Amino acid sequence: MSVLVYTESENGAFKKTAFEVASYAKAVADQMGTTVTAVTVNANDVSELGQYGVDKVLKVSDASLNNFNAKSYAAAIAQAVKNEGAKVVIVSQSADSKYLAPILSVALEAGYASNVMEAPTSTSPFTVKRTAFTNKAFNLTTIDTDVKLVGVSNNSFGLVEKTGSATAEDFAPSLPATGVTVESVDKASDKVTIADAEIVVSAGRGMKGPENWGMIEELADVLGAATACSKPVSDLGWRPHSEHVGQTGKPVASNLYIAIGISGAIQHLAGINASKVKVVINTDPEAPFFKAADYGVVGDAFEVVPQLIEKLKAFKAANA
Amino acid sequence: MKILVCISHVPDTTSKINFTDGDSKFDTTGVQFVINPNDEFGLTRAMWFKEKQGASVDVINVGGPETEPTLRKALAIGADTAIRVNTEAKDGYQVAKEIANVVKDGGYDLVIAGRESIDYNGGMVPGMIAEMVDANFVTNCISLEVDGSAAKAMREIDGGKETVATSLPLVIGGQKGLVEESDLRIPNMRGIMMARKKPLTIVEPVGASVETSSVKFEKPAPKGAVTLVAPDNLDELVQLLHNEAKVI
Ligand SMILES: Cc1cc2nc3c(=O)[nH]c(=O)nc-3n(C[C@H](O)[C@H](O)[C@H](O)COP(=O)(O)OP(=O)(O)OC[C@H]3O[C@@H](n4cnc5c(N)ncnc54)[C@H](O)[C@@H]3O)c2cc1C
Repeated sequence: MSVLVYTESENGAFKKTAFEVASYAKAVADQMGTTVTAVTVNANDVSELGQYGVDKVLKVSDASLNNFNAKSYAAAIAQAVKNEGAKVVIVSQSADSKYLAPILSVALEAGYASNVMEAPTSTSPFTVKRTAFTNKAFNLTTIDTDVKLVGVSNNSFGLVEKTGSATAEDFAPSLPATGVTVESVDKASDKVTIADAEIVVSAGRGMKGPENWGMIEELADVLGAATACSKPVSDLGWRPHSEHVGQTGKPVASNLYIAIGISGAIQHLAGINASKVKVVINTDPEAPFFKAADYGVVGDAFEVVPQLIEKLKAFKAANA
Repeated sequence: MKILVCISHVPDTTSKINFTDGDSKFDTTGVQFVINPNDEFGLTRAMWFKEKQGASVDVINVGGPETEPTLRKALAIGADTAIRVNTEAKDGYQVAKEIANVVKDGGYDLVIAGRESIDYNGGMVPGMIAEMVDANFVTNCISLEVDGSAAKAMREIDGGKETVATSLPLVIGGQKGLVEESDLRIPNMRGIMMARKKPLTIVEPVGASVETSSVKFEKPAPKGAVTLVAPDNLDELVQLLHNEAKVI
């Protein structure tokens, strides 16, 4: 009957979203009067999960799962769900979890609600609030199947610490032939990714050219933020496509989004509406972004950003 | 190679989003519908296979007659035939099941869908189809090559990309990157004329069940006015972010 949550790790260590989905699973379990079981794949120290409400951990350890594979991961999670008799299954909305969730949904005959923003408004009928129309609206959805699959948007629920501890058990699912083999992974391992970042520093065509991104990276560095950009910037090849934010790019759900030299076209805003606090720096006081922003500076990025970097450095030194 | 491209009929990206009937239905008044942008990349890639390697390209939509202009547009761009499964699309599972049924009967080698449609952003249809027809699956796909029955794809992952080897039958969830944006096609007059003569087959649904139901829609609460900070007073911005917004 428990709630089952898939807690993602990378190189043995949990991602922050793992603690967020665990916190979410605990909230659902409390509503339903049951316990939380987590499934981990090749995670080293699983004891941390207890601090976010997990009661029991099923540890999958298998070298063939070192590279993510949607089909194998979905099969492992599906077997855990069946073993536990879980009725609610929680995953994050990382690129990998979004990949495996539809497969899991079919395997479990579980209705799937993606991009869920908050704890269920009701567990009977099981009703969740999800974003729709690329964050321009919300949709209240009921999941009508016996087993329910919920994809929780990153940074939407937050971390909720508890004072529990989790028991751990080895779990060895039988894995299917994969059909998809990873040949190479190209990933900057030292950078904060847009999906995980609490702060995102984003810049647009107002930066005039790629040679001016040094100050954007420096600002991101001071804040421990990920860097992002508007669509024309990636189209022009000034920045990699993986940084392109918006309706046709990546969605951002950070706590703070700083937009520099970005006009705030509707397609861009669609991707960042889920961010909590928005700061805009733009020379044009009529730029549409000011309507969507919480804080704004009407000014030239080339003057404002270097000063802001200095102020933030001073702030950090004073608050260290 | 027999290719099926899934076409979602969605409100144009600049559409104002409103609801009617006690916030239970999307208000289509004044809304222009287009081919889902992620599907447009897939359709163009399918045309490339057709022209360079030889392939037949069918397009499919699950929806009422109002989606036919969008399917005709896909035909004008160069698809050979269009299929409309004649039922209102209610949730990702039902749409996937209806399409999976056509895929099984049609013997397709490659199904190209968008990684998500920009109306409900479910991101579930391509993966569900793959699982239902027991095909290989790659999503967030930013490049795809096919050689005989072998395929090589690249997919975007958090913080980078990954190259994978796989084989047909294959379903992909495509996105920007699959083709250059400058290669996207706008139907020309000849294409539009030819599209009128191309077959648009209406298939009755198998009656797939739905697993989720929409109760109602909400719009985000109206936003308060922006707090402006003078460019020569950035200390204030830092303090506001620290004390008021509590984000640094
Ligand atoms: C189907 C479709 C999908 C799209 N999807 C996306 C998407 O996913 N993401 C996206 O971003 N866009 C998307 N777009 C494009 C979008 O409509 C805008 O064109 C784009 O967001 C504009 O980017 P920008 O603000 O960087 O550039 P611009 O519109 O050129 O604006 C630059 C801004 O910088 C300001 N500026 C100039 N100089 C300075 C300076 N020195 N200091 C400070 N400010 C300065 C200007 O005042 C201006 O507001 C899409 C468009 C379509 C049609």
